[in-house]
Amino acid sequence: MASYSTSEFKGGLKIMLDNDPYVIVENDIVKPGKGQAFNRVKVRNLKTGRTIDRTFKSGESVEAADVMETSMQYLYTDGDFWYFMDPDTFEQIGAGEAAVADSIKWLKEQDMCEVTLWDGVPLTISVPNFVELTVTETDPGLKGDTSGGGGKPATFETGVVVRVPLFIQIGERLKIDTRTGEYVSRVKET
Amino acid sequence: MSEDEQQSAMWRPSADLAVLRLRAELLAKIRHFFQDRQVLEVDTPALSHAGNPDIYIESFCTQYEGPEGLQQLYLQTSPEFAMKRLLASGSGSIYQICKAFRNEESSRLHNPEFTMIEWYRPEFDHHQLMLEVEDLIKYLGLFAADQTIQTISYQDLFQRFASLDPHSATLAECQACVIEHDIHLSDTGTDETSTYNKDMLLAVILTHVIEPELKQFPFVFVYDYPASQASLAKIRQGQPPVAERFELYGKGIELANGFNELTDNIEQHRRFTQDLKTRKNRLQKKIDIDHNLIDALSEGLPACAGVALGFDRLLMLASGKTILKEAVTFSFDRA
Repeated sequence: MASYSTSEFKGGLKIMLDNDPYVIVENDIVKPGKGQAFNRVKVRNLKTGRTIDRTFKSGESVEAADVMETSMQYLYTDGDFWYFMDPDTFEQIGAGEAAVADSIKWLKEQDMCEVTLWDGVPLTISVPNFVELTVTETDPGLKGDTSGGGGKPATFETGVVVRVPLFIQIGERLKIDTRTGEYVSRVKET
Repeated sequence: MSEDEQQSAMWRPSADLAVLRLRAELLAKIRHFFQDRQVLEVDTPALSHAGNPDIYIESFCTQYEGPEGLQQLYLQTSPEFAMKRLLASGSGSIYQICKAFRNEESSRLHNPEFTMIEWYRPEFDHHQLMLEVEDLIKYLGLFAADQTIQTISYQDLFQRFASLDPHSATLAECQACVIEHDIHLSDTGTDETSTYNKDMLLAVILTHVIEPELKQFPFVFVYDYPASQASLAKIRQGQPPVAERFELYGKGIELANGFNELTDNIEQHRRFTQDLKTRKNRLQKKIDIDHNLIDALSEGLPACAGVALGFDRLLMLASGKTILKEAVTFSFDRA
């Protein structure tokens, strides 16, 4: 089993603690004048997202977490699992609801996502910062009102509801920021 | 700044020119300070046939290709051994400003190569030497001349900031103290099975709980350490026995370590041998111990106190910086 010594510790390194995969967020070395040095690290649990502190004796080793990130294409869901495909090997994997989590509302078939795999099983799914979605439902706006002031709710094909300017019509493709859940712009059809 | 720009700026010094000017000014003042007190400046080899067996310090090793084949050499981790040989040969009070090298992680407060001010005072004990360190700090204008730097014993320090008597506490009490302060160790064994011995737990409490509290002091001396943390200090018998050692902290950062020096060559040899045995058990690098030092001690090291001060850290505080590399001309990543 691969392992890392504390001297290899740095932000981003993925390690196993208490049987869960973690990523190192911060690594601080503390050392009294004469005596044992310690690595004081902040680590984030890759399953729960929770951040904890842990202190290691410098020189200790810790098991590496077999965690990798890969770009995969979202295919479909059967209600229990969300299926993704590796665009190079065409290999398909199913991610459970816990892994997909908040990304569900942005997942559109064919879109590329970053999938974090732990021992080959999807741990988390990250959607791109910006997605393009089509409006399926919204109150008809006032024609000619381009001020955008106030706005109104619009429902998209994935089911997500986002506040959009008053002039947006059903059937329009819009660019949305998934980090803030805010409307960015119309997408010019080419 | 983009990553490319950052990379191309790596040729520049990591410290501002203003800090480098202060660096030169402080070094000049330090030389004045010692000249006034008739302490002799010396210059000993940075490269030696013998290394430091201290189990918590790793040396840089290299090899000399001589006519007799390869010879193992070590970059000094401090000039201590060579300076003690000078003391044993009758040098009297001496000081040195030199580079020391430690094969350790570089971090916010560590650079593998650093500048050390080390000095020895025959006839001084560790309390007298603390007073002289205080004089130097004041001479450099880093502390008000009419005030006194606080001193606190290791025992009082732990009682005050961690409610623990470091001398009488059992392993279980140290473990309870660590847990009480919400520190999560890599090894959660809570009895004798833990890989953290008592000294390690005291070090955890010192670095995690107490040092942050010391930030409130511009400077503070801590003295009289547990005998188990003596290193090269004399142990004073008593209840409990303590190592006559001190540390200077500035804003919670360790700046200097001083000893009432061990002068007993048999005891010195015993501690070296113990360190070598521990290194072997821990699969650490084997170190050639300094027989010249043992011989010098058997000839007779005068009773003396000595201290090593990390100059880069002192400069860092003096210039109001919080990262060591900003007090070093070219930090390790640019060296």
